[in-house]
Amino acid sequence: MTKVSMTVNGRQVSGDVEDRTLLVHFIRDRLGLTGTHVGCDTSQCGACVVHMDGKAIKSCSTLAVQAAGSSITTIEGLAKDGELHPVQAAFKANHGLQCGFCTPGMVMAAVDMINRHGGNLDEATVRENLEGNICRCTGYHNIVKAILAAAAEMSAGRQAAE
Amino acid sequence: MYATNYHRASSVADALRLKGASDEAKYVSGGMTLIPTMKQRLAAPSDLVDLRHIAEMKGITVSGGRVRIGAGTTHAEVAQSAEIKAACPALAHLASLIGDPQVRHMGTIGGSIANNDPAADYPSAMLALAATIVTDRREIAADDFFTGLFETALQDDEIVVAVTFAPPERAGYSKFPNPASRYAMTGVFVAKGPGGVRVGVTGAGANGVFRHAAMEAALTGNFSAQALSGVTTDPSELLSDIHGSAEYRANLVNVMARRAVAAA
Repeated sequence: MTKVSMTVNGRQVSGDVEDRTLLVHFIRDRLGLTGTHVGCDTSQCGACVVHMDGKAIKSCSTLAVQAAGSSITTIEGLAKDGELHPVQAAFKANHGLQCGFCTPGMVMAAVDMINRHGGNLDEATVRENLEGNICRCTGYHNIVKAILAAAAEMSAGRQAAE
Repeated sequence: MYATNYHRASSVADALRLKGASDEAKYVSGGMTLIPTMKQRLAAPSDLVDLRHIAEMKGITVSGGRVRIGAGTTHAEVAQSAEIKAACPALAHLASLIGDPQVRHMGTIGGSIANNDPAADYPSAMLALAATIVTDRREIAADDFFTGLFETALQDDEIVVAVTFAPPERAGYSKFPNPASRYAMTGVFVAKGPGGVRVGVTGAGANGVFRHAAMEAALTGNFSAQALSGVTTDPSELLSDIHGSAEYRANLVNVMARRAVAAA
């Protein structure tokens, strides 16, 4: 067993884990943050996407010990003071989910791609950047609409703030 | 996954020491191949030595007519690097096609070439760019580095610390990705550099990545897609699997090569 410490959604956490424990299992089973999902468990589907030090990664393909010392953000860490994150709000407004299983990973992937591309996102770029996220309800069209709407809103917000 | 013991190396010397302490240890960098392989129980190293926090293995520099990419540089960093986009945009393009955004945030160039998956993208570029693979103990020409399926010239505990190459005059990469995995069913990197024209083919060879001598000859006098129209590839030396027959891949090699030249 190894003691791992990391920051998760701004909170310092630690726990004893076997070295083979996957980050997603540490997050779900030890921290009780079950918003991050295990879908395919083979790094294809992206239901397990979280941010590590500000970058989207697949937590089912990363060991908890590899993430020791890092700062992790999960879907539970996005909303602030009871207000949905703009990407979450856009998924709701654009009906960007059906069964909802892939949604946490989709939202985390979307926040990451908006961070990287800002307001320059276009539909082709969004679709390309969803390469690692699979929606088995096949509701991609509204997911793409939601991400574009969120990117536009977040970019407008940034400009207004400047 | 079978039990394993994790060690985080702080330097190349520290990594060698940690590796030496166990017969069954493996190096891990981004882990985008190794961790899934361990989950499938196809690999079961007793110890993992993590190279991801070694500062001396990171970063991209261009100086003295040479590009140097630290082995710990991620695919996302290569894809977005202003230096790489200026010196060899085809390599930035190649990096942007690996896996998906999440995989590109973790996977590294050193891991890709040390693993030498027959369908990995980077090995084709290393061959075509006549790159030098810099390890903790020596420099290995790409031509001597890739020796077969998942086989390289690396000794058991040897660590790739960087790759270097001279920026090519022109270069292009085109791949036909497997629709599910995004690994190359065939990928061709063409480069016209100081040492002439070189063509690296990945995803197609039965023995892994290879140089295509007939294409190099055809492109030497006439660096154009048309020059490749009559050049064929012997299917007996190509992979045949559920994704595509050797004959299908032989055709793909030609199509991808023409696209790569057109993009160069």
